[in-house]
Amino acid sequence: MAAPLTQDEALFQFLLRMGDNTLILGHRVSEWCGHAPVLEEDIALANTALDLIGQTQMWLGLAGEVQGEDKSADDLAFLRDVWDFRNVLLVEVPNEDFGRTLMRQFLFDAWHSIQLGHLMKSSDERISAIAAKTSKEVAYHLERSADTVVGLGDGTEESHGYMQSALDYLWPYVGEMFASDEVDAAMVKAGIAPDPASLRADYDALIGRVLAEATLNIPDSGFAHKGGRNGKMHTEHLGHLLTQMQWLQRAYPGASW
Amino acid sequence: MSQLHEQPSVDQIWEWLDAVPDPEIPVISLVDLGIIRGVDWQEDTLVVSVTPTYSGCPATAIINLDIETALRDHGLNKIQLKTQIAPAWTTDWMSEKGRARLEEFGIAPPQAAGGPERCPNCKSTNVTRVSQFGSTPCKAHWRCQDCLEPFDYFKCI
Repeated sequence: MAAPLTQDEALFQFLLRMGDNTLILGHRVSEWCGHAPVLEEDIALANTALDLIGQTQMWLGLAGEVQGEDKSADDLAFLRDVWDFRNVLLVEVPNEDFGRTLMRQFLFDAWHSIQLGHLMKSSDERISAIAAKTSKEVAYHLERSADTVVGLGDGTEESHGYMQSALDYLWPYVGEMFASDEVDAAMVKAGIAPDPASLRADYDALIGRVLAEATLNIPDSGFAHKGGRNGKMHTEHLGHLLTQMQWLQRAYPGASW
Repeated sequence: MSQLHEQPSVDQIWEWLDAVPDPEIPVISLVDLGIIRGVDWQEDTLVVSVTPTYSGCPATAIINLDIETALRDHGLNKIQLKTQIAPAWTTDWMSEKGRARLEEFGIAPPQAAGGPERCPNCKSTNVTRVSQFGSTPCKAHWRCQDCLEPFDYFKCI
């Protein structure tokens, strides 16, 4: 049996989870740049991606500090391979269509806003500062993704069909955001972060309200794909994403501008 | 560029910084924007605390460079820029002068109500939102229903 995690090792894992979620989702959303259905949506998606990548710099920057191996946020983003990523599977699934992209954004934003609300009260001042800063941006993301989910869900027959199939596809990826393990237990004990499982009731209430307004049905299944946040098994999609995101640093190590 | 023999006062430095334009909205200064949070002498080093606007704002690096360049042009050599993320930047820190200049320039200043008070061009209050986002992370896109001009609104956060 492996030795139990030290407090700094657990904190490092926690910070990777926060930063990898925003990094991978930021990259996914940025794939829409120049391809969105209308100009306003293109700009909105690019701005959302930009916020998420900016947030990543803070989370992974702090992760590098805690790790103590002199690694920058860029080193962590560009020089790790699939098995070292700690994002939930939800954020790495492909964009597919605009509806699925916005549904994924909504399902993530809802969790993200609740999580950051708790982290603003973290016993670790560095974490509460990042949470206070980023929660303002995330509240804005949630307002937009929720409005769009309602607009498209309660829209035409065609848009409704896209949104329901997006929800059906993504629903099995929701449960992982609320899974708890020894990293979370260490964070709870130190007053750094809440137990993920404890956020579920608020989450269900929030998404229940919005999805009802969007006339969408939440699938009747509690099955959850897992393996992203603990790095045991990512989907095949993450490797493909990294080949694009990391190619420059892989091809020209240390390149900068 | 001149070498100074005496330390300029903190007030003097605030004045210099108030002449440094925001790189993306050059009608307002970095001081107007409310992102300079502190100017202090620590022995012979000038420490300037800067708070970022949006986490991913690409202007942040340019802003730091502009501050350093301006201060060096005034003869200061030992400058330390500190990024301060708490308390988080809010548009409440924008100066009245900055708000007025934004409107003159055609950008509606931030309002607590969450949308522009009026069209910056014809002053009509009959305005509608086009998109929650705009040309930079700090702006949203609106349109006047009377003069029909689209305009930027500086988001309130």
